[in-house]
Amino acid sequence: MATAREIRRRIRSVRNIRQITRALEAVSASKVRRAQDAVQGTRPYASKARQLLADVAALAGGETRHPLLTRRDVVNSAYILLITSDRGLCGAFNTNVAREAFDFARDYGKPVSYVTIGRKGRDFLYRRGRKIVAEFANLPARPSLLDTTAATRTLIQDFLDGKCDEVYLAYTEFRSMVSQRPVIRRLLPLAAEELAGDLPKGGPRPAYEFEPGPAEILDGLLPRLTEMQVYVAVLESLASEHAARMVAMRNATDSASDLIFSLTLSYNKARQQGITNELLDIAGGTSALEQALKEAAAASRLRE
Amino acid sequence: MPLNLEIVTGEREVFKGDVDMINVPGGDGDMGILPKHAPVLSTLKPGVLRVRIGNDQQEFAIGGGFINILGDHVIILADSAERADEIDIARAEAARLRAEEMLRNPPENKEDLFRLEAALRKSEARLKAASRRSTRRTELPT
Repeated sequence: MATAREIRRRIRSVRNIRQITRALEAVSASKVRRAQDAVQGTRPYASKARQLLADVAALAGGETRHPLLTRRDVVNSAYILLITSDRGLCGAFNTNVAREAFDFARDYGKPVSYVTIGRKGRDFLYRRGRKIVAEFANLPARPSLLDTTAATRTLIQDFLDGKCDEVYLAYTEFRSMVSQRPVIRRLLPLAAEELAGDLPKGGPRPAYEFEPGPAEILDGLLPRLTEMQVYVAVLESLASEHAARMVAMRNATDSASDLIFSLTLSYNKARQQGITNELLDIAGGTSALEQALKEAAAASRLRE
Repeated sequence: MPLNLEIVTGEREVFKGDVDMINVPGGDGDMGILPKHAPVLSTLKPGVLRVRIGNDQQEFAIGGGFINILGDHVIILADSAERADEIDIARAEAARLRAEEMLRNPPENKEDLFRLEAALRKSEARLKAASRRSTRRTELPT
């Protein structure tokens, strides 16, 4: 059994760890809120851009056959944009979304290549020997739209060049502080019906004047809508990452508390044991001494 | 009857409120917008967006986007938008110099070239919007 001193040292180090995990939990909690606000901030643009798309599509009629909107008859391969975190210590967060992507790729039946945002996902794919077309990592703590457009441009370019026929997003959807869910969603070709889905249909459309023309507006609008979808996915993933880390850190803090409790118990036991042993030693010593004195007295009496 | 203007970017809502007049860098040339304008959908170039509210004037540097005019509602979807007093002049100047420097050896790729030119125009717009602000400021005792 460990000595009391060793146990005390152990308790101290676990207590230090608990302090750190508790601090990390608090930090993550505030970061979740910030990331959620960022997700909220994209809503006005997204809804207005969709409205604009619906207006243009309704007015331009047949002119909306844009390559970014058109499903290909023959699908030979797909890209998956895998969004993960750059850092660990967030439980099964990265594993969950990567596994979701793998399962999807396995069932897809056609060759799948990957583009990654986030270091963890990239490392995951490397270890498993998957094909990575491009990787983006080290996003700032508060990514701006521009931080994610490089990845989106790569996807759009390769899609238009025919290097892939579909593009999917794999990321972690933020549902609540305690629930985050990995999801797979098609990014390209854009689902026009879905984009305009929740908007009022029909009715007289205002007689807009176009400058320069509907085709040009569509050309500008569609890549931006694509960029927005990737950006929102990155922000959702970020909120989920912080929430996952917060939960992981809370669990770690709880485990540390449990450990400290049981270590304190063993420490007290060891301390008592030590005292008992000392008492026994003293008692044994005195009784041995008494015994010796008695024997000496008896011996001297015998001599007399 | 004032115009109701909303300026949004992918990241946030930059402006929302009633204004009297708007000046935007349209894809086919600058546009001045007063109440009762005809419905228009147009692209925007990077440039300075001016808004008049009463006797007050506000400038925004925008980095391209779209404008949707319908009745007295004007919605501007901007790639980026900054109020003049938010612009960091030193950073804008550095960005402009960088873009100019890179344009000295124009890239082969047409799209890259286009993007660079857009970056240059954007940083120039930011400087322009910001300089209006600073000229006004110099009138104040320092």
